[in-house]
Amino acid sequence: MATGLATPKQLVAADFKGKVDPDWCPGCGDFGVLAAVQKALVELQIPNHNVVTISGIGCSSNFPGFINTYGMHTLHGRALAVATGMKLANHDLTVIVTGGDGDGFGIGGNHFLHSMRRNVDLLYIVMDNQIYGLTTGQTSPTSRVGMKTKSMPFGNIEAPVNPISLALAAGATFIARGFSGEQKHLTELIKQGIQHKGFSFLDVFSPCVTYNHDNTYQWFRPRVKKLEDDPAHDPADWVLAMQRSLLWGEEIPIGKFFERTDVPALHEAEPVLNEGALVHNGAKIPAEVSRGFIEELM
Amino acid sequence: MRQTFAIGIGGAAGQGVATPGDIFAKIFSRRGLHLNAYNAYQSIIRGGHTFLTIRTGPEKVTNMGDRLDLLIPLNQDAMNRHLGLLTAGAACIYNADTIKPGTAAAGVQLCPLPVSKLADITRNKVAQNTLALGAGLSMMGIGFQALESVLGEQFKKKGEAVVSENVGIARAGYDYATANFQPFARPLPMTENRYAVLSGNVAMAMGGAAAGVKFYCAYPMSPSTGVLHWMAAHARKAGIMVRQVEDEIGVVNMAIGASHAGVRSMCATSGGGFALMSEGLGLSAMMETPVVVIDCQRAGPSTGVPTKTEQGDLWQMLGAAFGDYPRVIAAPLDIADSFKIIPEIFNIAERFQCPGIVLSDLLLSEGRLSVDPKDLDFNPVIDRGELITTASEASGSDGNGAYKRYKITDSGISPRAVPGVPGHTHTAASDEHDEDGVLISDEFTNPTKRRAMMEKRMRKVVGIEAAVPPPELWGPRDAEVTLIGWGSTQGVIEEACAILTEQGISANQLQIRWLVPLHGDAILDILRRSRHTIIVENNYSGQFARYLRSETSYVPNGYIRKYDGEPFMPHHIVEAVKEQLTGKTKLSVPAHEIMV
Repeated sequence: MATGLATPKQLVAADFKGKVDPDWCPGCGDFGVLAAVQKALVELQIPNHNVVTISGIGCSSNFPGFINTYGMHTLHGRALAVATGMKLANHDLTVIVTGGDGDGFGIGGNHFLHSMRRNVDLLYIVMDNQIYGLTTGQTSPTSRVGMKTKSMPFGNIEAPVNPISLALAAGATFIARGFSGEQKHLTELIKQGIQHKGFSFLDVFSPCVTYNHDNTYQWFRPRVKKLEDDPAHDPADWVLAMQRSLLWGEEIPIGKFFERTDVPALHEAEPVLNEGALVHNGAKIPAEVSRGFIEELM
Repeated sequence: MRQTFAIGIGGAAGQGVATPGDIFAKIFSRRGLHLNAYNAYQSIIRGGHTFLTIRTGPEKVTNMGDRLDLLIPLNQDAMNRHLGLLTAGAACIYNADTIKPGTAAAGVQLCPLPVSKLADITRNKVAQNTLALGAGLSMMGIGFQALESVLGEQFKKKGEAVVSENVGIARAGYDYATANFQPFARPLPMTENRYAVLSGNVAMAMGGAAAGVKFYCAYPMSPSTGVLHWMAAHARKAGIMVRQVEDEIGVVNMAIGASHAGVRSMCATSGGGFALMSEGLGLSAMMETPVVVIDCQRAGPSTGVPTKTEQGDLWQMLGAAFGDYPRVIAAPLDIADSFKIIPEIFNIAERFQCPGIVLSDLLLSEGRLSVDPKDLDFNPVIDRGELITTASEASGSDGNGAYKRYKITDSGISPRAVPGVPGHTHTAASDEHDEDGVLISDEFTNPTKRRAMMEKRMRKVVGIEAAVPPPELWGPRDAEVTLIGWGSTQGVIEEACAILTEQGISANQLQIRWLVPLHGDAILDILRRSRHTIIVENNYSGQFARYLRSETSYVPNGYIRKYDGEPFMPHHIVEAVKEQLTGKTKLSVPAHEIMV
């Protein structure tokens, strides 16, 4: 057995395997997202203990339990708020937020909007299956008009939200869409999203094989077209990205819609963090400063 | 009886009630006098009516008192509302050009100021306020120099010309009063003491800074916003990350996220915002990630009376979030205590890895009090509990994945590793989980594990109880009447006890600071030996009385309650006690005479 000085261990996929196996339905799109995140972390060689995966509630939000990193499985819709606190308290960590379309665009919609304009440095992956799964099949904010579910048995009459256009309007600085059936492409987008300094939004088509019989793998496969294969697309062009975000139907773009790198991330914009992460700053307030606080009141 | 002197300044919002109030407060505190200030105001930015009471004296002043010595009405409305409250020995200084006095009680001195003759009112819109300041100080027997130096500081930024103009106007008022009005019978003394004057909100914010809070976030909500304002203004000097968040749901979850990363984090709100936070408290309890939430109570329910005080949130705090979990709830007794309680509650919340709630109210949050600077201790005891911040610490882990975040222990406390520490990766979940953090709530549902985890968390209650001292009885053991209060009523009940004792009715006081843990047995032990017990509180239903009964089965002899939005004045309690001792009633609801 080798002894002596330890050299940094090369991380492999098994290092990121969680304590339990996923309990998703066989064939669920979320397996593909989990595998792609694990692959991306291996390729980027980010040590497990420096990654925090944070989720809300729902099928896809069970994600942190299935990967070996620090994890927080929080409240329905609140993962982005928790993650913002985490990142601001220790910006040395890689923060990945995972959840579903109901969690992110429904109950968590307000935090989604404000996290984007704040440009919090994290990767937000929405496993978008256009349905509520864990509550056994109700209409979600991304369900298409006309879709019949248990909560809208005569068909949805409400227009779905367009997550990509919404993110563009709200000021997210990295916006992409992946497909759980396109592993290599998805892994690449996750890597880019982790490396981007600022709010990275990744909407992933992650089919629900149990409750959504409209938006299946078979439905998506012929439709998804990679923006990377489109020579006319330029991710630096916001207007172009907005136009592409509106495409839906026989052709649905996936890939990186938009990225800008000229906006500081929230933690970079706050001088309080100039001296390093808050969590490492255990110092008491210097006596002359606290004396000043009291003297102001005298 | 203690010597005190109270000034009431009334006018429309935007008329400049605050500035003369601040100047009086500064002059009093620099003379080494104690003071208490309470501003009764409305939820409007301009107009309406606001009434500021400043009470001062050489000894501790704990509440607004019963009597006004000097009334300064800035408009006719304020004159009409308040003149009738003045009694013999008091005075009213007013602008004779614009305000008609009405009829005052015998012995009340009316002091009309010919404002347009004493100052150029076309140049200075608040000349009447400055003249009244000068006149008032002359009648109190305070030298002009004190006012001159405060005015110099007040208007320094606006330049020398503005300073000398205001000093000139103040001087004119001062000299006019010296020549034309009777001075007050007892001039205000001076002492060698020097006090800081601060609100409860500033005290709690500074207490947070002293406790080592590194993360503070909030959504603006009266009457808690003062905490955010102090934090935001001092964040960079104090090294605190301060964020204004989209809503209170975001606030509490962001604070929990930061705390989970390993920093002390705090947030403040009022009842409505707290209602939005309550699911987050459950998250803190379940993940065993401490967080401290301040609730500054205002009159409810719903939007209620946003600028008025009440002690109406107790049951919301007791019942916040569903399910059973350990929590601590503390109600500071005064403004100095609002500072001190923050490091204390952080130590308990962190040791026991649970949410801590500070229950303030508008009276404390926005009221101001003179505090001895020695009571603002920036070196309090800090106990962060069993926190693992480096891999080398003895932590129940051999570094080979054996670390159990929710390890079952006798104390119920499991060592808490923060993200970034090698060898301790785990998931903290809002779902019920096993010692490893693995969910048991879905397909793995396991009654044995659920019971074990529930009992592990709830075992912390025993430790919490031992960490917090039981309340003590103040005053003579065998007093005729025992007044029981909680939180902000401490000062007014204390003064009521003194007045009662003076009037031949001996009284003592049991004031509750820690609501959870309550120490019911210690309270029962005191109350069983009391002769006549009355619970005093600022709400309709007797929330504390009901809580005490639910915990101890104790039923007091009577109740004094007030739910009109204004705090108690000492005579409200004194008169109610007398009424109850004659057997006339068991429930007194005093009327608030000062119409604001």
